[in-house]
Amino acid sequence: MVNGQETEIRSQTMADILVEMGYEEMPVATALNMAVVRKKDRAATPLHEGDRIEILVPMQGG
Amino acid sequence: MLGTAQYPSPAILADAIKRSRAEILTVSLRRESTGGSGGGDFWTMIKAMGTRILPNTAGCHSAKEAIVTAEMARDVFETDWIKLEVIGHADTLQPDVFGLVDAARELVAQGFKVFPYTTDDLIVAEKLLGIGCEVLMPWGAPIGSGKGLNNRFALKAMRAHFSGVPLVVDAGLGVPSHAADAMELGYDAVLLNTAVAKAGDPAAMAEAFGYAVQAGRLGYRAGAMEARDMAVPSTPVFGQPFVSS
Repeated sequence: MVNGQETEIRSQTMADILVEMGYEEMPVATALNMAVVRKKDRAATPLHEGDRIEILVPMQGG
Repeated sequence: MLGTAQYPSPAILADAIKRSRAEILTVSLRRESTGGSGGGDFWTMIKAMGTRILPNTAGCHSAKEAIVTAEMARDVFETDWIKLEVIGHADTLQPDVFGLVDAARELVAQGFKVFPYTTDDLIVAEKLLGIGCEVLMPWGAPIGSGKGLNNRFALKAMRAHFSGVPLVVDAGLGVPSHAADAMELGYDAVLLNTAVAKAGDPAAMAEAFGYAVQAGRLGYRAGAMEARDMAVPSTPVFGQPFVSS
């Protein structure tokens, strides 16, 4: 599941999924199963079936 | 301190920020549903303003959600500052003070500088300071309500109780006089968003709030007169004409 949506993905790592989903040029924050995955750790973070992935971007806020 | 949400356009947001002379801007993290570059464009614009950024955990309803969001914010915004919101009720958007204290405890332990959005409850405030928060941000009124200082007496008590602690009235302000009122009570700053973003002319309203904060702070430091129950003439009585001795 990516950002709350059931999604079929090919990527094996958190770094790969950002490329697969078109985020590679954007500043993003990521989490896997309610745990932050820092930028420096994405390439070494494997993905598995059933994982819950969050990809968040900077947005307006109050 | 100015929020960056709900403005009619990026250009109006930029103008409002400049005219407000705000020193800190709040931002958030959200899902980018379209896969486009909206988040990147916004972040590029905000960075270009050169103003200090305070990411928030808006919309988090549990300590866990707030903690993970804060950790994600630190990774992308590259700051240890976090405006900590743990919302207890979807209708009132009031803080869940129990979750707030739990999340603050964990985040302070991780080295965050926590700006807790809280109520005007003194016991909660004491707990937040006790676990390492260095700032308190009590609400004026519910988020987005524009009601001003709903419980002025409680805010006054908080100021008296925590002298020396930076205090920020956060949420519920509607017009510049609300901000001036908060500053006249001795608060160190105000944080607002909707009052500016939803004004008829957001940039002008932002400028007005800037003046109000300045006026309120100057008035506080000047030392206001004591209010009186009875009238006391301001013009000298001595030498008054048309009176018989």
